[in-house]
Amino acid sequence: MIPSLKNPDKRFSLNPKQLTLFKILISIVFLAIVILGGVFLDEGKIVTNLSERNSAPSLDHLFGTDWLGRDMYTRTVMGLSLSIGVGLIGAIGSALIALFLGMVAATMGKMADRIISWIIDLFLSVPHLVTLILIAFTFGGGFKGIVVGLTLTHWPSLARVIRAEVMQVRSAEFVQVSQKMGKSKWWIALHHILPHIAPQLLIGFMLLFPHVILHEAAVTFLGLGLSPHEPAIGIILSESMKYLSSGMWWLAFFPGLCLLIVVRTFDQIGENIRVLMNPTKTHD
Amino acid sequence: MRKTKGGKLGLFILMKGIRMTTLLIAICFISFLLVKNSPIDPIQAYIGADMLKVGPEQREKIAEYWGLDQPVIVQFLNWGSAVLKGDLGTSMIFRRPVIDVISERFLNSLVLMVAAWVLSGVIGFIMGVIAAMKKGTWIDRIIKWYCFTLASTPTFWMGLLVLIVFAVWLGWFPIGLGVPAGVLSENVTMMDRIQHLILPVLTLSILGVANVALHTRQKLIDVLTSDYVLFARARGEQGFVLFWRHGLRNIALPAITLQFAAFSELFGGAVLAEQVFSYPGLGQATIEAGLRGDVPLLLGLVIFSAIFVFVGNLFADLSYHILDPRMREVRKL
Repeated sequence: MIPSLKNPDKRFSLNPKQLTLFKILISIVFLAIVILGGVFLDEGKIVTNLSERNSAPSLDHLFGTDWLGRDMYTRTVMGLSLSIGVGLIGAIGSALIALFLGMVAATMGKMADRIISWIIDLFLSVPHLVTLILIAFTFGGGFKGIVVGLTLTHWPSLARVIRAEVMQVRSAEFVQVSQKMGKSKWWIALHHILPHIAPQLLIGFMLLFPHVILHEAAVTFLGLGLSPHEPAIGIILSESMKYLSSGMWWLAFFPGLCLLIVVRTFDQIGENIRVLMNPTKTHD
Repeated sequence: MRKTKGGKLGLFILMKGIRMTTLLIAICFISFLLVKNSPIDPIQAYIGADMLKVGPEQREKIAEYWGLDQPVIVQFLNWGSAVLKGDLGTSMIFRRPVIDVISERFLNSLVLMVAAWVLSGVIGFIMGVIAAMKKGTWIDRIIKWYCFTLASTPTFWMGLLVLIVFAVWLGWFPIGLGVPAGVLSENVTMMDRIQHLILPVLTLSILGVANVALHTRQKLIDVLTSDYVLFARARGEQGFVLFWRHGLRNIALPAITLQFAAFSELFGGAVLAEQVFSYPGLGQATIEAGLRGDVPLLLGLVIFSAIFVFVGNLFADLSYHILDPRMREVRKL
């Protein structure tokens, strides 16, 4: 071959595709560590320990301790793990609703399309946070309220994407032929349309995820989400507000930063998957 | 010709209005049903800490006073007539018509939101322009990184950081409260109000730039790869002149539209920022209504926020029709 193209200096050089895959892999490993960390971390570290109250970050306590002497690092990791769990349930629920309504809107005729676009408008017409507060109020707060709220508020944009995608596939020749051959609507939807929109669904799901986690933390922060006994990030941050004026910045800084990193990682995975699946359309 | 133009615009607004009305009616029904199914007992929430002092007879009286002993459908009709009258019922926390509470709080929130909206729009636009003009350089990379990171930053955490830095460490601003403590509301000066406004506005502006900056960057890059810009470059135009003559008009409109369409997120951000800085606006009222079971206020706020978002979207749609001369040309034909 042409020797100058081989670039012998970089023995481990990867092509863009491999690099993207590598990035995704690292992100996933990172998230897995966080989740497993939350599950397996020692509960003993967050018991009240009054001899080590309010200590600033040190090697012993990476993120410092709070006013009850609980290790903030342990609390943060447990909170992140919980947030990811809640986010996962909410995002899966939203993606399923979006898939169902998007498919129905695109395949079941004009009337269904109109009704669904009206429903989408309905959900987009009230700010997400207000809807979340309303639904959380309906369920009297707690885990159930927040999961239902997150599920019901995040599907509209993805439903629109899926509807457009299904519309496109529907007019493709192989679908027309399949219709002429007398296959049923459901058979076509399952065997021809679903495989084509699966990548879009996956990407949409991954990009939905960060929003769900952020909204979960926000509603919990406002006091309408998870109960104060759970080690959620929102709870940690809203508790820290009382102690900010006394200069205990680490109570708020590190948990929020970790939340930011986790959310950003999810976003990165989503973006990278999009690059992999659709190399021509990615923006530079 | 002028008349048909106005007529079409009127028809467009009318259709939007009809759609909005159906949506609003549905929102009224659904949110009322949701709230009524809540396990939070409004009487209990109303009594609050005085639980032990209130006997069953008093409870009944309270229920009767607020009409809570009636069947749900009667309650809905009562509330519905209050909505149609325009006062939206009486708030249980504030003991005043909901519309009064909302309009007073809305003025506070409006100042906050408008300031943040304008600032984030202008700064975001400039950032997007700089990033696109310097595409591929380090400044572009920094702006892009900054925007992507902001998109995943929790608003309330950013508020807390701003609070730590400016109020606790530097001591430039008071912590919390829309007006200084211990001062009568008549004596609050304009300066006090502005001083309490700065930090929430700063928080919302820091976060608000991401969307519009990324969008503007993308649009301007598209414009810069077009043939007419290639020709302009061939004639020797470059830098600011090139942007001023060929870029600005093409990318201003999408940015304005995007900013208007972001009213929903602006409202959500304001709720969080107001909570962090204890700023007495609509957002704080929403949270109080939710936490303390003030059903009429919560319902009123849901309806109000829906109207707010609708107005934003309407402006977004109209800005195309009014500002873009090309749209006008099309309609003349």
